[in-house]
This record gives sequence, structure tokens and C-alpha cells, in this order.
Amino acid sequence: MDMKTSGHPANPPLEVHDLTVAYDQKPVLWDIDFELPERSLTAIVGPNGAGKSTLIKAAMGLIPASSGYTLIFGKPLDKQRHCVAYVPQRESVDWNFPISVMDVVLMGRYPHLRLFQRPGRQDKEIAMNALVEMGMDAYHKRQISQLSGGQQQRVFLARALAQDASIYLMDEPLAGVDAATEDVIFLKLKELRDRDKTVVVVHHDLQSVPENFDRAMLLNLRMVACGPVSDVFSEKNLQKTYGGRLNILSQMIEESRQQRFVREQDS
Amino acid sequence: MITSTAWVIITAILVATSCALVGTFLVMRKMSLMGDAIAHAVLPGIVIAFLLTASRNTFPMLIGAGLFGLLTVWLTEALSKKGRIFHDASMGIVFTTLFAIGVIMISLFAANVDIDQECVLYGEIAYVPWDLWIWRDTNMGPRPVWILSLVLVINITFITLMYKELKTYSFSPQLAATLGLPVGLIHYGLMGTVSFTTIASFESVGAILVVALLIVPPATAYLLTDRFHRLLLLAVLFGITSAVGGYYLALWINSSIAGAIAVVNGLQFALVFTLAPRYGLLGKYLAGRRIQKADPVLVSYPTPK
Repeated sequence: MDMKTSGHPANPPLEVHDLTVAYDQKPVLWDIDFELPERSLTAIVGPNGAGKSTLIKAAMGLIPASSGYTLIFGKPLDKQRHCVAYVPQRESVDWNFPISVMDVVLMGRYPHLRLFQRPGRQDKEIAMNALVEMGMDAYHKRQISQLSGGQQQRVFLARALAQDASIYLMDEPLAGVDAATEDVIFLKLKELRDRDKTVVVVHHDLQSVPENFDRAMLLNLRMVACGPVSDVFSEKNLQKTYGGRLNILSQMIEESRQQRFVREQDS
Repeated sequence: MITSTAWVIITAILVATSCALVGTFLVMRKMSLMGDAIAHAVLPGIVIAFLLTASRNTFPMLIGAGLFGLLTVWLTEALSKKGRIFHDASMGIVFTTLFAIGVIMISLFAANVDIDQECVLYGEIAYVPWDLWIWRDTNMGPRPVWILSLVLVINITFITLMYKELKTYSFSPQLAATLGLPVGLIHYGLMGTVSFTTIASFESVGAILVVALLIVPPATAYLLTDRFHRLLLLAVLFGITSAVGGYYLALWINSSIAGAIAVVNGLQFALVFTLAPRYGLLGKYLAGRRIQKADPVLVSYPTPK
């Protein structure tokens, strides 16, 4: 099924406009406005409490917004949910729930099924392929509590892959995973981008942004900057986002410059 | 001709099966006590249906109870969402208030209302064989058996049709919403079946023991399996065995049948909690012993020679 035909080609995959979210009258996100193109891999970064998770939850309609709306290929979200795969934070679900790895991944197929319809053999094949892609096929019969944190994250990603969406919104998929899983996940994110998907990742590790993402959203209640990493990842913007903790930041920017320099020399 | 003993056992089995099916989803959604809340809060609905129809006709009562069941769920959520109040506290406020209104209505209109509080709280399954449904001068058998069978058919149909939706919703309502599943329909559908099940089971086992049958068999089954469909089947199995076992226990010690059923529920849970191979006390103890014998410290840091 080709999702892209469901919208007008001129419409960007993901648009969020005038989004404001408030808890108990206190705004936690203020007038967020952005568009993301096809074939992009965006990191949402910002300090704790900047509203990173809130942004993608509100964009997905999971928490009520005071104002604003989301368009998917130019159409309201409710008509286009099947185009958007959301990967929640790992802690948000109960891993003691009595289901197998395969069951979780199969849930990714549900947007393609009608109400009352059970997943068929083709859905199971797609789910199995997604597990193979994440290197988790050997675990398909496991109960989900018998997995390590990194494995649980891989299963969540396999579920999103099985959904075969156009837009992927992921809430800290790299939180608390080991180096091996981190590599697998970064590789998969880039692969998704290269398959023309729009990938948005809430990310906590500034250092790995320039190397792995092509766009960044700097967020601190308001949108500080949004665009290609080379444009927006400046000392000035980062300072605006993170406030006074300049030392670590300038050091980091210096490091990433050096890394880029080394890479350019290598190539 | 079916004996009165058989009618009582059939009734108990029907109640236990219906309760175990919807109870499994309540327990896994971590809303066990919503069953308790609904079981109490439907009382005004029953009394109003009673007063309006001036009869013990079950269908108006089912509708009245269903409406008040959904009202309980809706009010509980509305209060905790809009105001500064925790979800469980909000549930406590809503169901006690509604139940108390029901109790007051009964005492106010006692002359017109042919139900007493004892019956609502404890039920009397032993009278089932004499509560007959006479249709066009034909004896159709006990009325509660018909009603409970209808509710069981509704529950099985609902769960079979909505299985993947209900399972996903129990796992994570948030995930269900992002997958575009009809979360409202699933939630209120489940709460509606809980309400119907509760009211239909009311007369036979009472409001309190309905809660035992909703919660205990699924909780017992959860200690034994890691698969959702097995959880449902095991819960039903525990429900049915407790129904039959409870009947004979009551006969043996000459006590209330509903009480004995709940006691058997509790015994089953205690037994499984102790002996379950993986999640029971014994299983955990043995696993601990195995790990101690293997001694991971010595395995990873062998003593140098």
C-alpha cells in the first residue's frame, strides 16, 4: 500500500502549526510551528522539561493541546493515523503484560486491518521480517518481560517498522540502550530516511547529533531553531536552548567540529 | 427434567464464566476495582427501573444498571481529569455516592420496591430454580439462567470480535490510540459488558461476590501463563471450578453458596500463589537456589591458580 498517494504531493509529510500545550494553566509548549520534509532524520533536543516528549505526544493527539493542529500530507491526523508510527518511551508500557514479542510487533499491522479483522499470514510475515531487521527474530516467542532494555527497544522499533508508515515519531529510542543496540538503531534510522521516510527522534545526547542526524529542532518551551544541523547547531542557538551552561556546550561544539574536520580529512 | 441442584450449578457456572472473561481485561488494564465500583453504583439504576416499570422485569433493570455503570465510569474519569483529584479517589467518591443514593431510594420507596439490601449485597443463588420464566403458559426454566446465558453470549461475541482491540487497549491505551484503534468504543464497550455482567450476576451471587469472581480467577491465572489467550481460558477454568467446588463446599458445611464460591476462589489463588512454577513462591525460591548454586561471581571471576 502506498501511503504517499493519500495526500497531495505538494503537501509536506508532517506539519504542526500554532501548537500550545498547558498543564494547569501553565504553558509547557508555546506556539510551536514547523514543517518536516520527506527523506529527513530530525533530532528534537533540549534540556529536561523543555517539552520534547510533550511535543510529539501533542502532535499525535495523545494529550490535549490548548491550540494548534497537525497535518499529515495536508490532511488532519485522524484520517491519516496509519501513516504515522509512534514509538513511546520504553517505560510507558507494562512489560509484565502476558504477550509475546511477536504479538507486540503484530500490533504494528493493526492500522492496516479493519475493525474485527484478525492479522493474517501476510501480516505475520511482515512482522517477522521487521524482527529480522532488528536482529530479534530468534526471540519472537519470548514473553516481553524476559528481554533486556535494549532488546525491548528493538522490539518497539520492529513494531514501528511493521506498521510500514511514512512518518516515524520516536520518544527517546536510545535511552538506556547499550552501544551495540545504539549502533543498530542509528543504522535503522538512517535506512528509514533513505527509504524516503520522515523520521523524528526525541534525543538526549547532543554529542551524537551532528554525526547521526541531518536536521535538529532545538526546543525549550518555544522553538529556538529548526533546520539542517549545519545551520541550527550553533553555539548561539545551543546557549539559547540550554541557558548558561556554556562550558560544556562550547567544549562539545569544539569536539564535534574537530570530529567533522577529521572526517573531512579522512574522505 | 433438570434438577434444582443442576440449575444452581448451571447458574453459578454462567456467572463465573462471564465474570472471568470481562474480569481478565479489567485486571490486565489495572482497573480491577472499577468492577467493584460498577457493581455498587448500578443500584440506583435498578431501583429506578423498578419504580418505572413496577415489576421485577429484568430488561428494564439491565438497561438502568447499564446506564448507571457507564455513568460511574464517565463521572470517575471526568472528575479526575477536570479537577485536582486522583483517579482512585474519584472512583471512591462516585460509586459510594451513587450506591448510597440507591440505598436511600430503597428505604424511601420500600413499599413499592420488592428488593432488599441483603439480596443486593449477598444474592441468593439457592432460589434460582424457583424463579421461573413462564412464557405463554409454558415453563421455560429459571429466568436467571436465560438472562445469564444472554449476557454470556454478548460477552463472548464482544471479546471474539474485538479481541485484538481489547488486547492492545489492555496493554497500552496510548499505543492503541496511536494505532488508530477506536479507544472510546473499546473502553465503553468493556465497561458496558462489565455493567451487564454485574447486574445479571447480582441476584444470584450479590454485589460483593461478583467482585471476587471478576478479579480473583484472572489474577490466579496470571500467575500461571505469559500468553493472553491462555490467560482468558485459565481464568474461565478457575471460575468454573470454583463455581462447582463452591456449591459442594456449601452443601458439605451447610453455608451460603455464594460465600463458598468466593472462598474456593481465594483457596485457588493461595494454592497457585504458593506453588506456581515460575511466578509462585516455590518457583521463585527454587530459581533463587539454582542461581546461588551457579554463583555468578565465581563464574565470571574464576579464582586464579
